Amino acid sequence: MKILVPLKRVADPANHNKIKIPASGDSVDTAGLEWQINPFDLYALETALRLTENGKTPKKREGEVVAVTLGPKETETNLRSALATGADRAIRVETTDEALDGGLVAAALKKIVEEEKPDLILLGKQVVDGENNMVGQALAELLDYPMATFAATITEEADGLLVEREVDGGVAKVKLTLPAVITVDLRIVSPGSVHSKHTDAGFKYGYEEVRFAPLPAIMQAKKKPLAVKNLAELVGDQKISTTYVKFEAPPGRKAGIKVKDVQELVQKLASEAKVI
Amino acid sequence: MANVLVVAELTEDGTVRKTTHSAISFAKSAAAGGTFSILVLGAAAKAGAAELTGFGAAKVLACEDASLANYLAEHYAPTVAEVGKGFDVLVACASSFGKDLMPRVAARLGAAYAGDCAGVSAEGGKLTFKRPMFAGNAFGYCQLSTAKQVATCRQSEVDPAEPSGGASPVEAVALVAPGAGAARIKHLGVASVKSERPELTEASVVVSGGRAIKEKFFDIMEPLADALGAAIGASRAACDAGYCPGDFQVGQTGKIVAPSLYIAVGISGAIQHIAGMKGSKTIVCVNKDPEAPIFQISDYGLVADLFQAVPALVEELKAHNAQKG
Ligand SMILES: Cc1cc2nc3c(=O)[nH]c(=O)nc-3n(C[C@H](O)[C@H](O)[C@H](O)COP(=O)(O)OP(=O)(O)OC[C@H]3O[C@@H](n4cnc5c(N)ncnc54)[C@H](O)[C@@H]3O)c2cc1C
Ligand SMILES: Nc1ncnc2c1ncn2[C@@H]1O[C@H](COP(=O)(O)O)[C@@H](O)[C@H]1O
Repeated sequence: MKILVPLKRVADPANHNKIKIPASGDSVDTAGLEWQINPFDLYALETALRLTENGKTPKKREGEVVAVTLGPKETETNLRSALATGADRAIRVETTDEALDGGLVAAALKKIVEEEKPDLILLGKQVVDGENNMVGQALAELLDYPMATFAATITEEADGLLVEREVDGGVAKVKLTLPAVITVDLRIVSPGSVHSKHTDAGFKYGYEEVRFAPLPAIMQAKKKPLAVKNLAELVGDQKISTTYVKFEAPPGRKAGIKVKDVQELVQKLASEAKVI
Repeated sequence: MANVLVVAELTEDGTVRKTTHSAISFAKSAAAGGTFSILVLGAAAKAGAAELTGFGAAKVLACEDASLANYLAEHYAPTVAEVGKGFDVLVACASSFGKDLMPRVAARLGAAYAGDCAGVSAEGGKLTFKRPMFAGNAFGYCQLSTAKQVATCRQSEVDPAEPSGGASPVEAVALVAPGAGAARIKHLGVASVKSERPELTEASVVVSGGRAIKEKFFDIMEPLADALGAAIGASRAACDAGYCPGDFQVGQTGKIVAPSLYIAVGISGAIQHIAGMKGSKTIVCVNKDPEAPIFQISDYGLVADLFQAVPALVEELKAHNAQKG
């Protein structure tokens, strides 16, 4: 299987409470926060690797994984790290973060799909900075491909992929015939969530979430192919149609009091907060 | 002034889901003096449409077709987009249904999309959408420059519309056949857990359990939820470990809740968790570590071992309930 994994860098998600919004409100300042691959995209990459291997012999690839990002030169660091974890090739589309919105990313990815002809496009369900949750769905529509968003498990069968999706109130099961688009949710990286046709049904990965690249792989990744394309080559003169006019910090919450026991808690909830 | 289309969401039983009422409120704000209509799709869409005639919509449109029995975006999007051509703005609630469908509809219409909005305002003839970003640490206000605009709203941020009387006319609309790609997806079923409890996103009290509760999740949380008439939520760690179903997850990437009372039991308070519950009116936490970040946003914190404190709290609540009668 050939899989395309679009990934984006985001400012360190564990420290999003340290972002600053200047008084002018014209931007979000993430200075001091390290750039990382969007966690859902790391999960999509891990999923792609699991789908192109036998879980028992993960060094041997059964298929091809191509990582792609739209962003400035520095994002090549993120692509190199994707290559080190196991992706075969990478593509960077030269642009700035400000010049992008979800519609434009989807339009550019559509062109790359037409060139690369992958069997599957595996994306994160959302970026955790902009929280758009739209690119996978928009891409599927532009390609007229079937899609399974919020995937929690994927099982490869002879004639397609069985996907369990996390939906409100439960789990929805769909069967996809390729080519198709899948966006992944958190549980996709549970040890037994993904089974390629090479991997035994009962197999479970022996680590939490995602694999890490060993040092030799990081060195080898420098030799793996990384192509650079221009955004205009892909989307012509299409421009962003979403503009942020202002940012604002949400109202803060203050720490309240510590109660000494459950009696005091119930008494406060009843007479002070009046919520029970 | 805009002409807005609300895409209704039906439950598996074909009744209108409460998320639709939030979408109606949101549509009224987006219409800003204009009108709104409601589109219902499904195998029994007319019955759903009949439930929605009392909300002041210009029209309630029903697309009833057997191929819509089970929701799949590939089958819904073409009709929604076609009907949407007659409107300026298309909205739905940012439930898993709305988040799946509406970006696809937007792409089909060449429209820009603003997802999971906390509000919308109309000034100077332009709509401005307010969106939570960065795990709830920023609100971004965005404007869309396409002729048509598509948006979803966050249920916890928009009060559900109440029936306003009147009787909107119901009109049938024709199904638009799906594209070739739809033949490559098959719906195989939804495994849903039926519960007598209120829905997480609609409950006025939510009690959530974290990793610390381990296999005792339901033993500990159910009596507490019963004593409060609460919905049960969880942290990602509790869901991932399989202590409870995945759709219990509260947080940036799970369900967003804003009840009048939220009780976090054995939850540390990671920023992704806080993003999903900090809109709650009163927050309580039970945690044995006084330094856990959850205390920084809790109105009442109890430093205690949850395995002792929660059963004791249940007894105290029962006594309180009995006294209240
Ligand atoms: C991309 C991404 C998205 C995420 N989205 C979400 C999300 O939507 N929602 C979410 O919740 N998380 C989310 N997370 C995970 C989040 O970062 C935390 O890992 C998670 O919330 C931790 O869960 P927890 O508080 O249950 O566990 P822990 O952090 O392990 O905390 C357990 C707590 O229990 C306390 N404790 C232990 N024993 C006892 C006892 N006997 N009595 C009382 N207290 C006790 C401990 O002091 C500790 O504070 C996300 C992470 C990523 C990377
Ligand atoms: N600049 C980008 N470059 C590559 N992939 C992207 C980019 N932006 C978004 N994506 C992909 O689209 C997914 C959803 O993003 P979004 O819809 O913006 O929340 C992400 O998880 C990525 O897989």
